[in-house]
Amino acid sequence: MLVTLLSGDKPRSAILTVLLLGVLICLAGAPFLFPGVRSLETAATICIFILLVASYDLLLGYTGIVSFAHTMFFGLGAYGVALSATHLGRGWGALVVGSLSGAIAAALLALVIGLFSLRVRAIFFAMITLAVASAVAVLVSQLFNITGGEDGLTYRIPRELTPAFRMGELFGVRLNGRILNYYLVFICCFLLFLFLLRVVNSPFGRVLQAIRENDFRAEAIGYRVVWYRTAATCLSAAIAALAGSLYAIWLRYVGPDTTLSFEIMLDILLMVVIGGMGTMYGAVLGAVIFVLAQNYLQALMGVAASATEGVPILPLFLDPNRWLLWLGLLFILSVYFFPTGIVGRLRAGR
Amino acid sequence: MTAAPDHAPTMTRASLFHRLGQAAPVLLVPILILAGFLAIGAPSSWLTLTVSGLAMGMMIFVMASGLTLVFGLMDVINFGHGAFISLGAFVGISVLLALSGWTEAPSLVLNLAAILLAIAAAMVLTGAVGWGFERVIVRPVYGAHLKQILVTVGGLIVVEQLIHVIWGPDEIFLNRPETLQGAITFAGAALEKYRILAVALGLAIFLAMRLVLRRTKIGLIVRAGVQNGQMVESLGYRLRLVFIGVFVAGSALAGLGGVMWGLYQGVITAGMGERMMILVFIVVIIGGLGSVEGAFIGALLVGLMQNYIAFLEPKLALVSNIGLMTAILMWRPQGMMPVVKAK
Repeated sequence: MLVTLLSGDKPRSAILTVLLLGVLICLAGAPFLFPGVRSLETAATICIFILLVASYDLLLGYTGIVSFAHTMFFGLGAYGVALSATHLGRGWGALVVGSLSGAIAAALLALVIGLFSLRVRAIFFAMITLAVASAVAVLVSQLFNITGGEDGLTYRIPRELTPAFRMGELFGVRLNGRILNYYLVFICCFLLFLFLLRVVNSPFGRVLQAIRENDFRAEAIGYRVVWYRTAATCLSAAIAALAGSLYAIWLRYVGPDTTLSFEIMLDILLMVVIGGMGTMYGAVLGAVIFVLAQNYLQALMGVAASATEGVPILPLFLDPNRWLLWLGLLFILSVYFFPTGIVGRLRAGR
Repeated sequence: MTAAPDHAPTMTRASLFHRLGQAAPVLLVPILILAGFLAIGAPSSWLTLTVSGLAMGMMIFVMASGLTLVFGLMDVINFGHGAFISLGAFVGISVLLALSGWTEAPSLVLNLAAILLAIAAAMVLTGAVGWGFERVIVRPVYGAHLKQILVTVGGLIVVEQLIHVIWGPDEIFLNRPETLQGAITFAGAALEKYRILAVALGLAIFLAMRLVLRRTKIGLIVRAGVQNGQMVESLGYRLRLVFIGVFVAGSALAGLGGVMWGLYQGVITAGMGERMMILVFIVVIIGGLGSVEGAFIGALLVGLMQNYIAFLEPKLALVSNIGLMTAILMWRPQGMMPVVKAK
């Protein structure tokens, strides 16, 4: 039963199993294990990023194509919910309509980009997605009467999902709509993650891996490489858009910085590489480690910067705003020395 | 026994249609200029826009040329190219700010000398950094596109952040040298002096590059290497060395482009290279990866398109370039002047 649920893709390492179970328990019980607004915020971000990174891994790790437009799809989903919540009014219907239309729009856009660029060379895809994603980001900030521009949009979601909705107490924690909202995010992410696991372990997923290893041979065996690559792109885009919708439902705010910025794209890349490309479980570990580090290490860097105030150059490097510098270095080093990531290491050391 | 029939091969000229097809990319530039004239209507603003479009195109070409050659020669796709643009701009502008005595003097000679010094400093430094970049970042990942993209993106971030560390997080504003400020009026159109200088400089670089590639031994090796690297190596040339040279030269040109772009915009930020890379990628894709001439025409098209559309419908400027790329890829999926690779 459990193995069927995981689509036969067992962790294949004792430590990995323990880690994954730990993550699952912590996330499932987050409102009760770590009460507090900030930790709930962190837990929800982790859930959403696990899904987002897993959908990116389908593209990067399993199919072997680099896309820089994943935040664009993420943003499409988020803006879909934001726009429908703004225009259709407060209600569950608006959320569903927004999520679905966001996902469909993302898949269609991915189809167009994929047909154009994957037809010729897979590396075109990286450049074209970069160009299209930045054009979309510019467009979103320019069309401010629709998207709210740089300020973004705030909107109302059903009352049952807001802190104002109270349902009594459990284990000393006050149950409110926020916790309900968290469980909506958690369950959706969990189910979609299982779905992705199913996809990569299906015959379709096997073909994707064959293409990653040797696209020429895959074509020779008789698989339409372009078709498979494009299908993977569409699927991954749609799931990224759903992750964006969940993020929009959780935050009740959408803006270019939270959904479309290039920095989030880099974060996703780093999470995939640290966790381990080509393993869905890598997305889990990568996202957990990265989000925790981002939330708590940046504060630590500020402390370190002020502690080394007297030293000449060091504080400049330790400034919390230079967080990206260390990320970049970490990124290069992990591509060189841990190309298989944490999961690859754990599985090899079994 | 009868004699073999006379063998008299005749060379027929390629048909007109075929020749037009070959020349089509070159013809696109005047066609676009003409279309711009028809769409804009007013000759004076059309002339102003055309000159600034050409200037922009020249600068983009200077940045893109290195990238396209590096790809053609070694199949290396360098997403970190934008870092050299930013770095060159910061070094060059720092030199200009240090030479403020020269740039503020109302003498063309002193102004040009200051700019040349700034360009030289920027090119030397970005060339050196490019050499280090090739050794440390690119070399370990030859032949693996996926890793190349990832690692060079990492390199881009690191260099950008180092610029923040060295020059501070704020953008730097600057004034153009005294004699290059303002515009001259020609046929009722205001033409900024600096843009004319940029067009001249870009054209000079393109011609020099063409001369080197077409008329010198090293250019011959580079062109042959782009077409069939293995064959060139088996003839005894060390293509690796040539490649390092091209990489360094390409980085230096990106630095030069950065200085020119910084003077054009009047403001520089560490993220400028990253933003320029989007146009640069569009240019190398529509030109055909590996083709210098293709990149030149592509850059002119992108520059002109950007300026015309920005005048007609400002919000569509960047989107119009995506549209241009889409149209050209529909017409020629490999780019306008694809490099024929011997298999």
